[in-house]
Amino acid sequence: MLEISLAHYLIVAAILFTIGVFGIFLNRKNVIIILMSIELMLLSVNINLVSFSAYLNDLVGQVFAMFVLTVAAAEAAIGLAILVIYFRNRGSISVEDVNMMKG
Amino acid sequence: MNILTEINLIWPELCIALSAMCLLMIGAFRGDSSNKTITWVSICVMGVACLLVLLGPNNPSSAFNNLFIVDQFSNYSKILILMGAILTLILALPYNLREGIHQFEFPILLLFSVLGMMMMVSANDLIALYLGIELQSLSLYVLAAIRRDSIKSAEAGLKYFVLGALSSGILLYGMTMVYGFTGATGFNELELAFSNGVAKNQFIGVTVGLVFILCALAFKVSAVPFHMWTPDVYEGAPTPITAFFSIAPKIAAMILLSRVLLEPFGGLFIQWQQVICFISIASMAFGAFAAINQTNIKRLMAYSSIGHMGFVLVGLASGSIAGLQAVLLYLTVYLFMNVGTFACILAMKRDDRMVEEINQLAGLSRTNPKMTIALTVFMFSMAGIPPLAGFFGKYFVFKAAIDAELYTLTVIGLLASVVSAFYYLRIVKLMYFDEAVDKFDRSIGKEISFITIGMSFVTTLFIIILWPVLDFAAIAASSIFL
Repeated sequence: MLEISLAHYLIVAAILFTIGVFGIFLNRKNVIIILMSIELMLLSVNINLVSFSAYLNDLVGQVFAMFVLTVAAAEAAIGLAILVIYFRNRGSISVEDVNMMKG
Repeated sequence: MNILTEINLIWPELCIALSAMCLLMIGAFRGDSSNKTITWVSICVMGVACLLVLLGPNNPSSAFNNLFIVDQFSNYSKILILMGAILTLILALPYNLREGIHQFEFPILLLFSVLGMMMMVSANDLIALYLGIELQSLSLYVLAAIRRDSIKSAEAGLKYFVLGALSSGILLYGMTMVYGFTGATGFNELELAFSNGVAKNQFIGVTVGLVFILCALAFKVSAVPFHMWTPDVYEGAPTPITAFFSIAPKIAAMILLSRVLLEPFGGLFIQWQQVICFISIASMAFGAFAAINQTNIKRLMAYSSIGHMGFVLVGLASGSIAGLQAVLLYLTVYLFMNVGTFACILAMKRDDRMVEEINQLAGLSRTNPKMTIALTVFMFSMAGIPPLAGFFGKYFVFKAAIDAELYTLTVIGLLASVVSAFYYLRIVKLMYFDEAVDKFDRSIGKEISFITIGMSFVTTLFIIILWPVLDFAAIAASSIFL
C-alpha cells in the first residue's frame, strides 16, 4: 500500500503550477483561459501551503492559505471587470487581438 | 505590548485607510460631481500622513506579532512614496478635467495603492508582504484601465493584470518553498534561520524559493528579463497614471526588495548577489539600447525607467550600508526628475489633444523657451551631467559598487550610462536645432507649470540639499543593518 507523503503533495502542486504557467504563455485563443490558469497557479500554491502546514504541525501555513484564497477572489473579480471593458472596446477577447501596442 | 502602543505605530496607515473609506462613501452618495473635492481632500490626507510619518517613533519598533515594522528605513521610503503620490495627483487635476476622467474613484484608488505601498515597505513577514503587494497591485490594475472608453487604456490594464497576477503567483510559490523548508514566515525568524548558514537538506528548497521571490520582485521593479509589460502599460495608461506608475510603485518595490534581501535573506548574500548583478547589467544595457528607436515619449520613459532601475540595483548588489544609502539617494533623485519630466509631457498638447510623438518637440526652443529649459534640465539630469541631481545618484551608486569590488558591473554601468545619454541628448538636440513644428497650447493649467518650475529648481540646485539628504539616507540605511 502506497503511503501519500509530503513529496507527493509537492509534486502535484508543482505540476499544477507548471500547467498554470504554460496555460498563460502557450494559450493563443482566449483571455478567459488565462484567468483560469492564474486561478490554477494560486490554488497549487494553496496545496503547497496546506501540505507544508500539516507536515510542520504549524498553523501559519493554513492562515496564509486563507489570505491567498481571499486575494484570489478579489483578483478574479478585477480581472473579469477589466476583461469586460476590454471586450466593450475591442469586440473580441482573443489573445491574438491584444496587440494595439507593440515595440 | 498592548493594543494602544501598537496603534501608535500605524497612525499614517490608519489615517489613509480610514479617510479612503470615508471618501468612498462620500463619492458613492454624491456621485462624480464630487471628484474635485475628493482629489483635494486626498492630497491633504497624504500630506497629513507625511507629517504623521515624521512624528512617528525614531527607533525601530514592530507591532502585531512582528508582522509590521516601523524604522527609519520605512519612514524614509514612506515619505518618498507619499511625495510621489501627492505630486502626481496634483499633476492629474488639469488632465482629468480636460480628458473627461470624472470618476471619483480615481483619487481613492490612488490612496488605496499608496496604502498598499506603505504596507509593503513596513512588512516584516511574508504574509504582510504579500497582502501589501496585492493591495497595491489590485488598485493599480484598475487605475491603468480607468479610461473605460479608450481601447489602449483597457489593453494596458489587461496586460498589466495578466502579467501582474503571474508574478504574484510566482512570488507565492517562492514563499511557500521558503516557508516549507524553514518553517517560518517572519523576517526575524528567517534571518535567525539563515544566520548560521543553511543546513544542507534545506539548501535547495530555500534557494529555489529565493529565486522565485527574486523573479517576482524583479517583475514589480520592471527589471530585465521581467520588463515586458512596462512599455505597453506606460503607453496605454492615462499620462498622470503613467507618471505615478513610474515613481511610487517602483520606489516601494525597490525598497521592499532591499529589505527582503538584506534582512531575512542576508545570510544568503553570495547566492542573491549574482542574480542581482545579472539583472542589473541586463536592465542597464536593455534600457539604454532599446530606447534608441522609440518614437513615443511615454514608451521612451518606460525604457528609461528600466535603465534607472538597473542603476539602482547596482547599489543593492554591493550589499553594504553605503550601497543602500546610494539606493535611497538614487530613488529620491529619480522621483524629482521623473515628476518633472512627466509634468513636461503633460504640457505637450496641441488643439486640446495630447501629443506623444517625440518629433513633435522639434524646434520647441523657439516656440516655448521656458518649457524647453525645464525639459533640458531634466534630460541632462537623467543622462547624469555633473551639477544636476542625476549625477549624484549615479556617482554614489557606482562608488558603493567600486568599494564592494564589483568592477565589471561598474564598467558596464558606466558604458550603459553613456549609451543612454544618446537618447536623452537627442531630445535636447531636437528642441534646439531642428525645424520648428506647430506650437503647443499655451494654457496648460497652473498646477503643471508650478510643478515643472519647482522640480527644475530642485534638480538644478540639488547640490544644496545633497548633504542633508545623504545624512537621512545614511540613518535610514543603517537601521537595516542593526
